[in-house]
Amino acid sequence: MTALAPKRNQIGRRFASLAIAGVSGLVVVACGPSYFEIPIETPIQAKLDVSAFQRVLIAGFVAGGSDDVDANQETVRLLRSQLRTKSSLKVIDADVMALVEIAQDQNKVATAADDAAAHDNSGAPSASTTNSSSTNATADSSQPAPLPAKIKDEKDIEPYGRLFANTAYWKKIGEEYQNPLIVTGTVLFMPNSTSGFVNREIEQFDNLGRRTVASERVYQEKKGFVLKPRFVFIDGNTGATLYSESYSEEVLYPMQTNTPALSSYFELMDRLVPNFLSALSSQKIKGTRILLK
Amino acid sequence: MNLPFVACVALLAAGSAMPAYADARDDAKSQVDFGINVAQRGLWREAIYRWEKAVELDPKYAEAYNDLAVAYEHEGQLDKARGAYDKALALEPNNAQIRQNYDLFKEINDRAGAKEKSDRP
Repeated sequence: MTALAPKRNQIGRRFASLAIAGVSGLVVVACGPSYFEIPIETPIQAKLDVSAFQRVLIAGFVAGGSDDVDANQETVRLLRSQLRTKSSLKVIDADVMALVEIAQDQNKVATAADDAAAHDNSGAPSASTTNSSSTNATADSSQPAPLPAKIKDEKDIEPYGRLFANTAYWKKIGEEYQNPLIVTGTVLFMPNSTSGFVNREIEQFDNLGRRTVASERVYQEKKGFVLKPRFVFIDGNTGATLYSESYSEEVLYPMQTNTPALSSYFELMDRLVPNFLSALSSQKIKGTRILLK
Repeated sequence: MNLPFVACVALLAAGSAMPAYADARDDAKSQVDFGINVAQRGLWREAIYRWEKAVELDPKYAEAYNDLAVAYEHEGQLDKARGAYDKALALEPNNAQIRQNYDLFKEINDRAGAKEKSDRP
């Protein structure tokens, strides 16, 4: 009798644990999971109404920053190929415009015209001598600032922005290509480097082979590139700017990694192309979300 | 008035309120379940209807707001999605799954919202 009691207890305990497991199993089955992953497609409206255009001209870009990549040629080529497959607009095949030279030519003409005007003013007899100095000062301040021949940074590229405000010039280009939507802008692709202390995790094993992870601060140098494009959308009918947007992306690698500039350029452009496309056409962005009970 | 009496009254009042709250949550829960079911079949508008009902029944149901936000996102109603995520996170600020959904949404919303931030002439 006394020998049977512990056995009975053991059976009882086993039965109880089985029952608990069964009940919890039933609860899980009955309640089901509390979250569900679900694929979604978010439609994003185009930022620009391009219904008035059938054709698009990727004209060219004022580019600089690095000699390793011809950012003007590469950007035109990339955007044209993207628009051919992902937009309903017909892409015009034309020579890539050398906008740096065009802007400098326009600047020279503007400067010469201003000089001539200033010369005429100083040669002509002045009706009022009291305000002649202020007239000269106004003429000097309105003279366009010289455009740097070599673009190294943002400061160099900034004065080139005047080119996109020249509606007469873009209207002329528009007429030449039967009034398309014109895409132009600036592209700055520059080398970049940074250094500082970062946290690094180090794996260690003791005598018994147990793994531990320790954190230590180490000095690290990184190099890479920064890409700063500004896309300008111009109405070929009027030469006026319809819309423009600027972006900035950078990539950094450990110092010992030798990544070619061109592959970094494409890596950075890959990140920006969806933004560029979303200006011209509606897009559906695929993703996954979690639904909760 | 003695303290035990007040405590008893308070407990009774709370007890009688509980079933009403539980009923609202149960009703809302069944709407949420149905919404998930139809969303999985691609019937997002029906899902929105269900989840809107759920938050109407139980305005403190963070999960329902989360689901509603996801559905609005899928339908491209980004302003409404942001509002629903905001409410879900206000109710459950530490819910990692809602936070994850919101972070992904923000990425898309920022891209779409670049229009407002652009240097339009």
